[in-house]
Amino acid sequence: MTAAQTMFDEQAPSENGPVLRVSDLTVSFPSESGRVQAVRGLNYEVSAGEVLGIVGESGSGKSVSSLAVMGLLPQQARISGSIKFRDRELLGLSDDQLSKIRGKRISMVFQDPLSALTPVYTVGDQIAEALRAHGHSMSKQQAHNRAVELLDLVGIPNAANRAKAFPHEFSGGMRQRAVIAIAIANDPDLIIADEPTTALDVTVQAQVLEVLKTAQEVTGAGIVIITHDLGVVAGFADRLMVMYAGKAVETGQVDEIYAHPRMPYTLGLLGSIPRLDAEERQPLVPIEGQPPSLVDLPPGCPFAPRCPMVVDACREAEPPLSDVDGSEQHRAACIRANELIAEDPDAAEVFEVEAVEEAAIAKVPREQRPIVLSVNELVKHFPLTKGAVFKRRVGTVHAVDGVSFDIRAGETLGLVGESGCGKTTTLMEILGLDTLMGGDIAILGNLTTSLTKQSRREIRRDMQVVFQDPMASLDPRMPIGDVLAEPMQVHGYSKQKIASRIPELLDLVGLRAEHAERYPAEFSGGQRQRIGIARALALEPKLIVLDEPVSALDVSIQAGVINLLDELKAKLELAYLFVAHDLSVVRHIADRVAVMYLGKIVEIGEVDGVFGDAKHPYTQALLSAIPIPDPVAERSRERIILTGDLPSPANPPRGCRFHTRCFTFAALPEDKRQRCLDEEPVLAAHGDDQQAACHFPRARAVL
Amino acid sequence: MTVTIDSDGSGEHANTPGGSASVSPVDAGAPGDLRTSRAKLVVRRFARNRNALIGLVVIVLLYAAAFLSPLFAPWSYTELDYDNFLVSPSGSHWFGTSKVGEDMFALVMRGLQKSLTIGLLVGLISTSLSAIVGATAGYFGGWVDRAMMWLVDLLLVLPSFLILAILSPAFKGKTWLIFVLLLGLFSWMITARIVRGMTFTLREREYVKAARFMGQAPWRIIVKHIVPNMASLLIIDATVNVGAAVIAETGLSYFGFGVQPPDVSLGTLIASGTESAQTFPWLFLFPSMFLVVFVLAVNVVGDGLRDAIDPNSAGGRRKDRRKARKEYQDAKDKARANAPALAGKEAS
Repeated sequence: MTAAQTMFDEQAPSENGPVLRVSDLTVSFPSESGRVQAVRGLNYEVSAGEVLGIVGESGSGKSVSSLAVMGLLPQQARISGSIKFRDRELLGLSDDQLSKIRGKRISMVFQDPLSALTPVYTVGDQIAEALRAHGHSMSKQQAHNRAVELLDLVGIPNAANRAKAFPHEFSGGMRQRAVIAIAIANDPDLIIADEPTTALDVTVQAQVLEVLKTAQEVTGAGIVIITHDLGVVAGFADRLMVMYAGKAVETGQVDEIYAHPRMPYTLGLLGSIPRLDAEERQPLVPIEGQPPSLVDLPPGCPFAPRCPMVVDACREAEPPLSDVDGSEQHRAACIRANELIAEDPDAAEVFEVEAVEEAAIAKVPREQRPIVLSVNELVKHFPLTKGAVFKRRVGTVHAVDGVSFDIRAGETLGLVGESGCGKTTTLMEILGLDTLMGGDIAILGNLTTSLTKQSRREIRRDMQVVFQDPMASLDPRMPIGDVLAEPMQVHGYSKQKIASRIPELLDLVGLRAEHAERYPAEFSGGQRQRIGIARALALEPKLIVLDEPVSALDVSIQAGVINLLDELKAKLELAYLFVAHDLSVVRHIADRVAVMYLGKIVEIGEVDGVFGDAKHPYTQALLSAIPIPDPVAERSRERIILTGDLPSPANPPRGCRFHTRCFTFAALPEDKRQRCLDEEPVLAAHGDDQQAACHFPRARAVL
Repeated sequence: MTVTIDSDGSGEHANTPGGSASVSPVDAGAPGDLRTSRAKLVVRRFARNRNALIGLVVIVLLYAAAFLSPLFAPWSYTELDYDNFLVSPSGSHWFGTSKVGEDMFALVMRGLQKSLTIGLLVGLISTSLSAIVGATAGYFGGWVDRAMMWLVDLLLVLPSFLILAILSPAFKGKTWLIFVLLLGLFSWMITARIVRGMTFTLREREYVKAARFMGQAPWRIIVKHIVPNMASLLIIDATVNVGAAVIAETGLSYFGFGVQPPDVSLGTLIASGTESAQTFPWLFLFPSMFLVVFVLAVNVVGDGLRDAIDPNSAGGRRKDRRKARKEYQDAKDKARANAPALAGKEAS
């Protein structure tokens, strides 16, 4: 790393002013219904070595404003104001002139690392290209060597070899590292990262943020990080700008904003994040409604229609950003900011969210409740084949390798793990009701292997599913009424019953009865997910299988859906199998949790036990990767960074499957290690309802 | 992240056809009236599309003209006017006459009777066949897929005209509807392959999985989810097939079955008129004109149907949007009318 560091210049002292100064930036696009004012007068600046977080929901103009800085907006966009980079005006520069700055002095990290890399060139070549494109008098060989150094710097193991790999041979996290390597290749003064971790798993997200931090340390660049999740930037950003409807509504130091938000919108965003460190279950704060259409905004505060503190004066004029708390750095655009200062209420009070009451069944001791779903030693292997005409088997993917758990009535089991650990395969096996490769599944006491056609239908009725992607899970060509009617038609409900049940269902999930004749495209993501839930509820099931139901939603919308699930569970005494990779969501909603790694459950038990006192090193690592929306706590946390990616399930490691990435294993003396290499650990009880599969379990503070 | 521009924001409140906003949903007496099923919605959206309705009317008018004209036309298609060979359009021969003195108007109307039915039926048969075969093969996969695609490939490599020529003696003298069937049978294969490919991607969609997990029968999934989601392709395919069938029919008539003299179809009329298109244009122009009008009408109806089925198309909503915009404009004007006091305050 020292070799790499010498390649980056120290910042010249004369360049100490802000790297980027954006003032009065406005961007508008033409659209069918009129001009969309995507950004409406934005001011901010970033100094060298500073991290500015821009936060807001989808459509708040945060990406558009940074694309404007990069000069990457489409031709028809109308841009005005001023964007000064190192005192040089960028607006009005030609594309050629901008290209000399872009990639060299300002670089960008995009959300989707797959589409940010060209699939037909090796990763090393793409980094070398970035170097050579900007006039470094470098030979091909030098550029390649530098590329390897950069890859090493961003933490890609065995960089010299990996530089020759193509993007598809990299996992998502490694691709994002490669993109960061390209971004810092020319020692930029400014890095713009647009949702750099949204497409990644939580464990990888922590790694990538760490790499960005390293990148910033070696280049001394200013960073603009754009995200919709306030949790992500808590420990990373120095200053924050919250955007709404194309304007900044609150800016300030990270600590001040998290501790004392002075704009109801920020307050809501903070309250909508499920917290890993929550002692007791608090209701989440959903921000109801949608961001306003940016065509023809009505006068007044654009947040007024969704604001719980709205008064008549809010609708008269848009409040300007003004200093609050007597600090020049903390500014908020709210006429009632002073009241927030005086009372300092928490989000749940302001948004008037009430805690959901527990269902009657939850008070019955767990042992006395009936088992809804039991999975016993479930196995699913996929053959790996080669050859087009004559397929021969070249290996086996051990997707699920002996998984056991059960769910009792009125209970939520969270199934967590990185992508590729076999969560979805487990779900599909449960939902498929087909013959199993190994083990057995019993739903409401019926073994799936011994089902008749009739009993299979009945089980289909008692078990429903909600999918991850609300865009894909509803037939775009079916009106909502038909979508909801479908399961009832399949199960032979009468026409009258269906017709009376549809408004009931819509009401249950917080939609209106007349929505039945609209098509899915007319609804927002959160509303569509509610429709998906309504469809699952249509047959009054006992078990609902939820496959990452909120991971495709914005945090503020996610809170509403989670609250709805909580409420429905209490009202209808449902049992949930909740698959997720976000542990804070699971902590919030689940009663028990099972952690999966490479097709096996490594730790299972009651949520408070597992999250409060994790025994398995993998669980500890997962927990430690989850950001906490509290900058002070976040900075003082010691983060366990797992090295490397998930090994291929086609060739799982011998002995304990986790030993290749395990920090406990790495710290063990040589003689004890052998056990992890030879012997596969089995689930062993720790406490009342907690089991972990580790030979050397030890407690570790991770929050 | 993409910038989502919420263009439906204004439609949110304006777009409740049927005025159901006033109906209180839960305690309404007749809940059956509340829900508009997809079929009803599609019909409603289709009826909103003026062009499509005009197209539909044109097709009906063509049918009416074809079948009712013998009642009022001065000549029948079998009559020959020995005094007038190859005369241009006039009062007694509206579309002129042919070289043996047949009245072109009577011929075109007679041809229209056949060609309308041939076109529509062939379009319907071939597209339905391709949808059924393609979707079934794609949805089930495995050996069903292999068997069906083998059949498709076989039909594709066999020159269909050759088979028809071989088969033609067997059908000689039978009704011309058989050959509508044959035409349909030989024109669905390529679309079926496309449909199969699309089905492969559609069946992995979560809504199809959801239907499967709720216990929906496979053929119902195909009918309810897969086919409607390829409707745009199928409708375009059907409208193209309509025009192609009318022309293809001439080729087949050449083999001696189908429409035989003295009976005529638009296809045979166009075929015999092409040689004299320059010298005696009415022989060619009138039949081709009717073909063009017919195909255009079918296209417009097809577009209307496509827009009616596709919820994302502007066509089905156009009127709504106009209405919504008007309502929005009205509301804004009203707000402005109420606001002068406020505005005045600001100005001062």
